[in-house]
Amino acid sequence: MLSYVALKVIWWVLVGVLLIGFAIMDGHDMGVGTLLPFVGKGDVERRVVINSVAPHWDGNQVWFITAGGAIFAAWPAVYATAFSGFYWAMLAVLWSLFFRPVGFDYRSKINNQVWRKTWDIGLFIGGFVPPVIFGVAFGNLLEGVPFHFDENLMPYYTGTFWALLNPFALVCGLVSSAMITCHGAVYLSHRTEGDIQRRAKMAATVFGLVALVLFAVAGVWLAMGIDGYTITSALNPGELPNPLGKTVAQTPGAWLENYHRMPIAMAVPALAFVAGLGAIALVRSGRTLLGFVASSLMLAGIIGTAGVSMFPFVMPSSSDPTSSLTVWDSTSSHLTLNIMFWAAVIFVPIIIFYTRWAYNVMSGKVTVDYIVKNQDTLY
Amino acid sequence: MISNQLVDLSRLQFAATALYHFLFVPLTLGMTWILVIMESVYVMTNKPVYRDMTKFWGKLFGINFALGVTTGITMEFQFGTNWAYYSHYVGDIFGAPLAIEGLMAFFLESTFIGLFFFGWGRLPKAQHLMVTILMAIGTNLSALWILIANGWMQNPVGSDFSYVTMRMEMTDFWAVLFNPVAQAKFVHTVSAGYVTGSMFVLSISSWYLLKGRHIEIARRSFRIAAAFGFAAACSAIVLGDESGYTVGDAQQSKIAAMEAMWHTEPAPAPLTLIADIDEKNQKNDWQIDMPYVLGIIGTRSLDKQLPGIIEIKAKNRERIVNGIDAVKTLEALRADPNNDALKAKFATEKADLGYGLLLRKYVSNMDDVTPAIIDQAVNDTVPHVAPLFWGFRAMVGLGFSFFFLFGSALYASIRGNFEKKKWLLKWALLWLPFPWIACELGWFVAEYGRQPWTIFGVLPTHMSVSALSVGSLYGSIAGFLGFYTVLLVVEMYLMIKFARLGPVSHDHH
Repeated sequence: MLSYVALKVIWWVLVGVLLIGFAIMDGHDMGVGTLLPFVGKGDVERRVVINSVAPHWDGNQVWFITAGGAIFAAWPAVYATAFSGFYWAMLAVLWSLFFRPVGFDYRSKINNQVWRKTWDIGLFIGGFVPPVIFGVAFGNLLEGVPFHFDENLMPYYTGTFWALLNPFALVCGLVSSAMITCHGAVYLSHRTEGDIQRRAKMAATVFGLVALVLFAVAGVWLAMGIDGYTITSALNPGELPNPLGKTVAQTPGAWLENYHRMPIAMAVPALAFVAGLGAIALVRSGRTLLGFVASSLMLAGIIGTAGVSMFPFVMPSSSDPTSSLTVWDSTSSHLTLNIMFWAAVIFVPIIIFYTRWAYNVMSGKVTVDYIVKNQDTLY
Repeated sequence: MISNQLVDLSRLQFAATALYHFLFVPLTLGMTWILVIMESVYVMTNKPVYRDMTKFWGKLFGINFALGVTTGITMEFQFGTNWAYYSHYVGDIFGAPLAIEGLMAFFLESTFIGLFFFGWGRLPKAQHLMVTILMAIGTNLSALWILIANGWMQNPVGSDFSYVTMRMEMTDFWAVLFNPVAQAKFVHTVSAGYVTGSMFVLSISSWYLLKGRHIEIARRSFRIAAAFGFAAACSAIVLGDESGYTVGDAQQSKIAAMEAMWHTEPAPAPLTLIADIDEKNQKNDWQIDMPYVLGIIGTRSLDKQLPGIIEIKAKNRERIVNGIDAVKTLEALRADPNNDALKAKFATEKADLGYGLLLRKYVSNMDDVTPAIIDQAVNDTVPHVAPLFWGFRAMVGLGFSFFFLFGSALYASIRGNFEKKKWLLKWALLWLPFPWIACELGWFVAEYGRQPWTIFGVLPTHMSVSALSVGSLYGSIAGFLGFYTVLLVVEMYLMIKFARLGPVSHDHH
């Protein structure tokens, strides 16, 4: 069995992998959903847009479900504290996701424009709202969240829902929305042709640039205006996890510490910019598949930046810093981390293998002609 | 302190969303295999009618599956949103099967369901059949993992409490995996799903036969559903019995309440068919028994006794009294974690820790416990008898009705005269809703019967919730009810529309 400390670090990486996997896979479906009312003019064009993701969105959504399950298994304290604390934000995510399974499956089963346009709005909500809320949630994590544990380790969130919607967090929400929309646009420009592809390429450019500009703004804001957190007591990362067993202080510039200590970590935010600009250039020159790889790397860079800046913190507490959750004290037991590590090592490659096969089977452009010929069986 | 109202509302929301989710799951479990059977016949015989059958039933399956996915999203996150202390306290064990369910099962079913619908014409026949089979395996694996998680709630094996982390921790993954309660629940639950899928196909096919429409597809579908449904009904009954056996071992209070068995009966105990239950005075005014049957089912022996409710409560009283000491020692140990004497003391007491925690519903400080409070906590340890007693009987009665219906349908389809038997076709049509009712009753008996615990003997329900405001709960329950009502109306509308429409000929260009 790997050492407890190693597994704690590995699980920080694996949660990151699952979140990035979620952003890449489910993210492009959500980006497509966000763009649906704008790049598809008329019913047939909208069906082209929908059918570019129709065979895959359900499998891709499992990245979200599995990331939730993995956080439950690996970081039960985070799962308990974050989802109960962000109660209404989480419900808003769940409820907007409700529109997708039914929206995809039911929309084209009835040939009525009001019915179909209503589901298009539903698919837009299901694509647009979750990335915004995830971004806002990350913004709040970076600022610290007002919560504490009692002596039995029951978590109490003492903020309000509206306090989550503060200016910095909203900027993070916009970064998230723009990057996901850009990513969806890149995917669309790979899978479509003609007018839809032209609009998608335009959207990829615009939202890619917006994402990078806002990412830079958020970065400067974080460096200048947001106090980070540091562990001030002696640290023994191999100990049994006890979130109350340490002291924590809020200090200006603490979120830059990891970059001072390990300058190579600067490669993560740099990757976001390089890959983002690369994605735009590649898509505009018609190399859309490479563009998709590049925009995926941009997502990895942006999400990774949040993770690297905060390490080892996962969910710092602004009202009771001692209660902050870190990778050392919010994990499950040594045995569970080990079992889940092997489960991930075995299954993630298998999943990637058959997902790739599924995309291969369905490869090629989705065209207006294809929709018209198969209008009773396609979404 | 957590208010009773918050706990009740949290339970209401979980029960409502879980029962609602469970309207769609059993049909999915059964339909995937029925689709596999139909498509296998198509691949083997090359007759296009079986391809059309697969596509037609697949379309109805898809309408159902969409809501299964929608309502399933809620379940994955609701432990965190509404059961935060539960998630902290048992996430180390309970989270693992949930995460593995995602990795092993959800990805499989959700990836291949896309190819099931969109892969026709793109995949060679045999490969498409393989896709359908993988989808069915994924669906059934997800039932396995969620029932491993649920089985651990009923019978928490392979784990131990840690005073440092203030939670249960896994000590033996294989014990959690091969928990006999989980295995029994899995086979019984998937069998119930196969009955549901078979009834769905049998009923709608019967309706076509009564109307004289889509005869070619209806006749073949009827036969497949009759055979698969009969096997499933037999297995649900036999493996339900297996489930009773393990419940008897792990959860005596559940079986005693299910049977309204107030006193320990001399072995082998009789099975009570019906009874007039007087919950207040802890007795039945009258009852009709079948001698020996319960003892044999519940203990697999003629000489082992099953304890009655009054005896169970007496034993629980001792455990609650011991549990007070366990809670006090734990508090002292948390304040002084390096005290070896306390560690040793706690090690001897912690088996009853959960029973001590039952008192937290009434007091936060164990010094405030009075004999009256202990009485209340003791009474809590056995759930209300009447709903379990009658819920269980209704489920079993329905189970036998499915056995007879599918038995008759199978017999008639072997004789080849089922199309002329109007009474059989009408019975099948009329019986369409009952598998769902039986499934929901089964869920109710299993989970309500577990009260007052979320983790039996370990964590009381009362302590498991998130510290939310009552107002938040009212808001979220209203939201769920609103969404789920609209979704159900839309789903039923589409289901009925496409069932009425029947297999349309767009596939025969």
